[in-house]
Amino acid sequence: MNTDTQYLHEVAESDYEHGWSTDIDADTIPKGLNEDVIRLISSKKQDPYWMLESRLRAFRHWQTLLADSEKYPRWAHINYPQIDFQEISYYSAPGNKPKYESLDEVDPELIKTFEALGIPLEEQKVLAGVAVDAVIDSVSVATTFKEELAKHGIIFCSFTEAIENHGDLVQKYMGSVVPYTDNFYAALNSAVFSDGSFCYIPAGVRCPMELSTYFRINEAGTGQFERTLIIAEEGSYVSYLEGCTAPRRDENQLHAAVVEIIAHKDAEVKYSTIQNWYPGNEDGKGGVYNFVTKRGICEGQGSKISWTQLETGSAITWKYPSVILKGDHSIGEFYSVAFTKGRQQADTGTKMLHLGRNTSSTIISKGISADRSNNSYRGLVRINKGASNARNFTQCDSMLLGDRCGAHTFPYLEIHNPTAQVEHEATTSKVGEDQMFYCQQRGISEQDAIKLLVSGFCQDILTQLPMEFAVEARKLLAIELEGSVG
Amino acid sequence: MKPIIEIKGLKASVEGMPILKGVDLTINSGEVHAIMGPNGSGKSTLASVLAGNEDYEIEDGTVDYLGHDLLEMDVDERAREGVFLAFQYPVELPGVSTMNFLKQAVNSVREHRGQEPLGAAALLRLAKDKAALIELDARLKQRSVNQGFSGGEKKRNEIFQLAMLEPTLAILDETDSGLDIDALRSVSHGVNQLRNPDRGFLIITHYQRLLNYIEPDFVHVMAGGRLVRSGGRDLAVELEEHGYDWIQTDH
Ligand SMILES: Nc1ncnc2c1ncn2[C@@H]1O[C@H](COP(=O)(O)OP(=O)(O)OP(=O)(O)O)[C@@H](O)[C@H]1O
Ligand SMILES: [Mg+2]
Repeated sequence: MNTDTQYLHEVAESDYEHGWSTDIDADTIPKGLNEDVIRLISSKKQDPYWMLESRLRAFRHWQTLLADSEKYPRWAHINYPQIDFQEISYYSAPGNKPKYESLDEVDPELIKTFEALGIPLEEQKVLAGVAVDAVIDSVSVATTFKEELAKHGIIFCSFTEAIENHGDLVQKYMGSVVPYTDNFYAALNSAVFSDGSFCYIPAGVRCPMELSTYFRINEAGTGQFERTLIIAEEGSYVSYLEGCTAPRRDENQLHAAVVEIIAHKDAEVKYSTIQNWYPGNEDGKGGVYNFVTKRGICEGQGSKISWTQLETGSAITWKYPSVILKGDHSIGEFYSVAFTKGRQQADTGTKMLHLGRNTSSTIISKGISADRSNNSYRGLVRINKGASNARNFTQCDSMLLGDRCGAHTFPYLEIHNPTAQVEHEATTSKVGEDQMFYCQQRGISEQDAIKLLVSGFCQDILTQLPMEFAVEARKLLAIELEGSVG
Repeated sequence: MKPIIEIKGLKASVEGMPILKGVDLTINSGEVHAIMGPNGSGKSTLASVLAGNEDYEIEDGTVDYLGHDLLEMDVDERAREGVFLAFQYPVELPGVSTMNFLKQAVNSVREHRGQEPLGAAALLRLAKDKAALIELDARLKQRSVNQGFSGGEKKRNEIFQLAMLEPTLAILDETDSGLDIDALRSVSHGVNQLRNPDRGFLIITHYQRLLNYIEPDFVHVMAGGRLVRSGGRDLAVELEEHGYDWIQTDH
């Protein structure tokens, strides 16, 4: 057996580390979706009237999309069975209490879940200096470091709390970057979202810690519809981390989140994601469908938004974090590592929309495909008429482990201004037998050699991640590459 | 003085084409053997086969290494047992940091020998000493393995790794090719420092000049997949004067 095929066998057998579910008493509403369900979600969330209105508007729009088969999204380079939206439950909260004052009130099973995931809240509070707004299923159960953040005037809370306490900000910004009319899943999310995170950094404030949220889908057949809204006022800075794991389930779980970022003049937002949801078994059964709309707007002059992501999970990923470069001299960045194995299908990429003058964007995408997986990069760079002296640099590298997997690159360029400078580079490589031989000749085992070469391949992306996250990312990649043999 | 490696009647082919046609060679501890010979005669093939490259099919023969059947061992196992190959064409490993690479290599060898793994600080210290030995530019250690290195830098990096891994059998495949005069001198100096009574060297070269610096105990000539002539240091001098035709017609 040669290196690649042996590796593939081992990978195919490797189990999903976080594949179990916690037995907690969940408050789940029946499956199916209609206006009554929307009203029910809204009343469970104790929404103000404007929120209910907004949900209903989105729902009615979504129904027209559902009825119109043309609007149903199919264009991505992935195959999946038609989802039966009446077979999904749209709301689930752990326990019956919507909020907790302290960790003691939290279901101990839930705490165990976090601990198994390596996220002991108590310890994290003390050690890591990371404020954790943990979301299990749909409701926030614990938030830390609020006081420290409050000193700086930073708001970091669940979306539900934001609706309650900062309704004006939510009303002003929600849907301003991703309107419910944007796409099928954005419409669905706008109608049924149950919770998420809200973050507001006042003018001139540099957020003193990484803000982090962990998501976890924990209710069989429960859709997860998160909503994140980050607002960075003039001259502020924030680094935001999102990490995910999901327990093993038999039926496919739908995840359709919406993330919106607004960066005002000279503000900078760095958004990092680690995503390792359950990808399904070797035959492609089970696993999470991940259809996410993530978009940021560089509203003000000199503002900057960077998306950095490590994607290793989900049966199907369909995700294009984008930046609208509206302010002059604004900067958009997208750094991505996508690893697929088994029968995973990933179609990820970004959109950089240049509106302002002297705007620049950088896209670096690394795709690693193993086994029978398919990994596609799809990127759009649009330079509008008024965007003089806009620049874009795109680099897409694909690495194939074995010969039954696929890597595809779909770059789209729309340039309407002659002063634009656009560069695109793409490479596809196989882990070379000669590289493997070289490593092994130095005493490094086959498994370790593959890990070394793969992490070398994505090195320049991993270094973009915040320190602690980068360590986690490396570990995750190693786990994903590890055979369960022995 | 005990044998490190005993090669007997070794035949190997690639894609059905015979390359090694019966090689016999014994290297004892403390000895330095040089192999010279025309292009395409099978010198690198012999080195690759000893290192365990699976591109080559072993057709016949035996290789005993410290009492083990070398041909039964995997590539990484051979390396951990002390077989080191300085490549004629070292491979670039984009993004793989040299120190991380060395850490894994050194510690897998140490683990195999039942030694404690080296921590980051100890490893750095060791690397600094060994780099000084062969005058490797310290900045190269900060870069990805061989990536963008000049030809000479790559060769020097091979000897640096040799020094780090302290093998029992070191095979150098044309390490001198591509080295400038000063590099040749410092690399040879490094190799001489690494000579010791427990270690054997197999040095493949085209130039007897190298052998002025690293004095071999034996010189062999490979032609057409066989070692056709063996002798002492003076054989290399003779070859330099007369070329290989002299050997080949002689046969
Ligand atoms: N992987 C391979 N595939 C095909 N032919 C090969 C392969 N490896 C070696 N050969 C052939 O085997 C013969 C011996 O090659 P080898 O590299 O061992 O020669 P060498 O003595 O090292 O030559 P040089 O002095 O030029 O380095 C050559 O004819 C070469 O083309
Ligand atoms: Mg050669």
